[in-house]
Amino acid sequence: MPLTMISEGKKAILRSIEGGRQLRSRLAALGLLPGAELEVIQNSGQGPFVIAVKGSRIVIGRGMAARIAVE
Amino acid sequence: MTRTLDRTITVAVAGNPNAGKTTIFNNLTGARQHVGNYPGVTVEWKKGTCQRGDVKLDLVDLPGTYSLTAFSEEELVARDYLLNSAPDVVVDVVDASNLERNLFLTTELLEIGRPLVIVLNMTDVARDRGMKIDAARLAEKLGVPVVPAIGNRGVGMDDIVEAVMQVVISQASLPGPARVCGESGPGPSTLAAVESRGGPSRVNYGQQVEKIISEIEDLLPEDRYRRWQAIKLVGGDEKVIESLVVPGTREAVDGLAASFAAESIDDPDILLARLRYKFISEICDGVVRAPAESKVTVSDRIDRVAMHPVWGVPIFLLLMYLVFTMTFTLGNPLMNLLDGGFNLLSGLLSGLWAADSTSPLKSLIVDGIIGGVGGVVVFLPNIVLLFMAIAILEGTGYMARAAFVMDRFMSKVGLHGKSFIPLLIGFGCTVPAIMATRTLESRRDRLITMMVLPLMSCGARLPIYALMIPAFFPAKFQGPALWAIYVIGILLALGGAHFLRATLFRGETTPFLMELPPYRMPTATSLMVQMWTRAWLYVKKAGTVILGAAIILWFLTFYPKPPADYVLPAGFDNTTIEAATTFGEIDDPNLAQAAELSYSIAGRVGRLLEPAIAPLGFDWRIGTALVGAIAAKEVFVAQMGIVFAVGEADETSDLLRAQLRSRYSPLIGFCIMLFALISTPCIATFAITRQESGSIKWAFAQTFGLTGLAWVVTFTVYQGGLLLGLGGM
Repeated sequence: MPLTMISEGKKAILRSIEGGRQLRSRLAALGLLPGAELEVIQNSGQGPFVIAVKGSRIVIGRGMAARIAVE
Repeated sequence: MTRTLDRTITVAVAGNPNAGKTTIFNNLTGARQHVGNYPGVTVEWKKGTCQRGDVKLDLVDLPGTYSLTAFSEEELVARDYLLNSAPDVVVDVVDASNLERNLFLTTELLEIGRPLVIVLNMTDVARDRGMKIDAARLAEKLGVPVVPAIGNRGVGMDDIVEAVMQVVISQASLPGPARVCGESGPGPSTLAAVESRGGPSRVNYGQQVEKIISEIEDLLPEDRYRRWQAIKLVGGDEKVIESLVVPGTREAVDGLAASFAAESIDDPDILLARLRYKFISEICDGVVRAPAESKVTVSDRIDRVAMHPVWGVPIFLLLMYLVFTMTFTLGNPLMNLLDGGFNLLSGLLSGLWAADSTSPLKSLIVDGIIGGVGGVVVFLPNIVLLFMAIAILEGTGYMARAAFVMDRFMSKVGLHGKSFIPLLIGFGCTVPAIMATRTLESRRDRLITMMVLPLMSCGARLPIYALMIPAFFPAKFQGPALWAIYVIGILLALGGAHFLRATLFRGETTPFLMELPPYRMPTATSLMVQMWTRAWLYVKKAGTVILGAAIILWFLTFYPKPPADYVLPAGFDNTTIEAATTFGEIDDPNLAQAAELSYSIAGRVGRLLEPAIAPLGFDWRIGTALVGAIAAKEVFVAQMGIVFAVGEADETSDLLRAQLRSRYSPLIGFCIMLFALISTPCIATFAITRQESGSIKWAFAQTFGLTGLAWVVTFTVYQGGLLLGLGGM
């Protein structure tokens, strides 16, 4: 399911990212690789998203979050 | 025995954004910095020197990056610097509280192969989070020195210099004790650990990947970066592929890489990233002990309020309000003081000539140089305070939250949330606002923001409105007229950004992706250094480009001088004189000044422009004043005073207002304000745009684009107004 479905405070495992090589490589450098564990810190239903991954907080645009599949 | 090196050592400081890289750089160099741009790009370039005893380090602060791919300008700049300038030592600043992620860049730096020193920064934050990091063990496993440090308390700085020296000495295989310039010895055991291993460790990508790397390596010419190149080629790095010039190599490499890519499940570059992280977790195993449960940090608690979906925006606006109030309430007394100082100076210098002297040198110094440069320098207190406030917002980490909060609105016009801050500063002065675009990472966002910034009505345009509005509008419409001008500016800026995004800067939207650094207390040194370097850049601008421009514009409005038999053109037919009076017959000094301006180059340009601006309802007088306004927007008012022969005029001159009212309709008055708002940015804006965009092309694009827009908008309003019957006096 897309990351946008995960509510605040829930953890998830990243499965895949739908996007160009550039996007995926940028996310990989931030630790967002398939298999990475993440936690949704803020998802207010609109506007960007905040997630925690590998000890840092990362803001992700809603459009991009929709293209990240997690479980 | 003390051993020193008699040459300067070049050090590149690399690291993730928010790892405290700049704080370390500032601590090491103090104010001995030089800020510039990398040629042709908008990435900021900072150099500084660090003198400890006899040792001199030349430091370069590389842009903060998470990796060294070819995808972003910053990463390309950083890696090109590392490859081409081959610094003696690379200092890699890593955030101890976020070690695994930070070590990702380290693995790339290890591959480039320049001698490396790792600064384990923010060890205090890591400790507070319950993490334990064994620096000596980390150094041993990585095979490079690791220096624990707390950047914002200045802890560990000497150890960094020491470790750099050690590395240089061991590189030069100079035997002997390691003590340098009388400093205390290196931190316990970290350096000894280096020697115990045969050199820096490297990422082992596993049998299958290593095989393809070495196969590609064999195809490449002998080069010290060969392994790095080979790894990048496996990952499909376009810049490295382009750099393959030997015939046939590219095809051979492509073939190998393609067959490898076909066999692996992941994309090759993602696979490499995964293997890097695997290597990192092996390194961290036994080095880092983290608490099992991540607790809610103080930052998270603050963010629950600061980034609240409802409260976030009002909090941001309140903070901005405080910043501007502070800038103006604290800055204005200082500004008045400076202004008084310049007046005193011009008074003193004028005193060197007789009171009625018409010496061109007097005019050049008093009107041209002091008037022009002083007009820019008086804003310095405001600018220093504004930069201070920005430095605080950036240093504490709030800037990232502001970007988050505003992104919802800014993304509608295709801009990043962070663009909002420069746009807001634009209400004060366009020049520091353009400098503030440096906080935007993407070049595209930066250029778009720069291009539309002059549309945010700056403080220097206020005198124009203050003159025009009371002249043409009854009291009850004065407020709304001013409001309308500002709102038109904002709407045009947002519309312009949207338009640029859809035309000139088309392409995939830069995805909104940003790290949220934890809140922290910025150091006084960092704040001062940041404020000082930017303020100094502004002063330098005033002393060079703006000085030159002021002199040229002074010349344009002062020369050539009319001969005695110069007959005033129609338009000087006001009460004081009759139409066909020659210049020699004029007694009134104000009128003589008006005649001189009319005869000058600026006056002629104004006349020449008349056919072009007539459809906007403007005559040559307005044209002339607009030429003067290129120096600084507020000069428009003074120039109008001269063309209308009312002598010294400012925005409170009722005589000038009466003249304006007798000649122009309120519609024209509004159009003048509109045109002054939108058209040609001042010369200082031109200069700063050229500098910050890295090309004069953008400065010209901005000038002509905005002037064209001003013409179209004013034309529409004027002609539309005439059709609606609003043209009456």
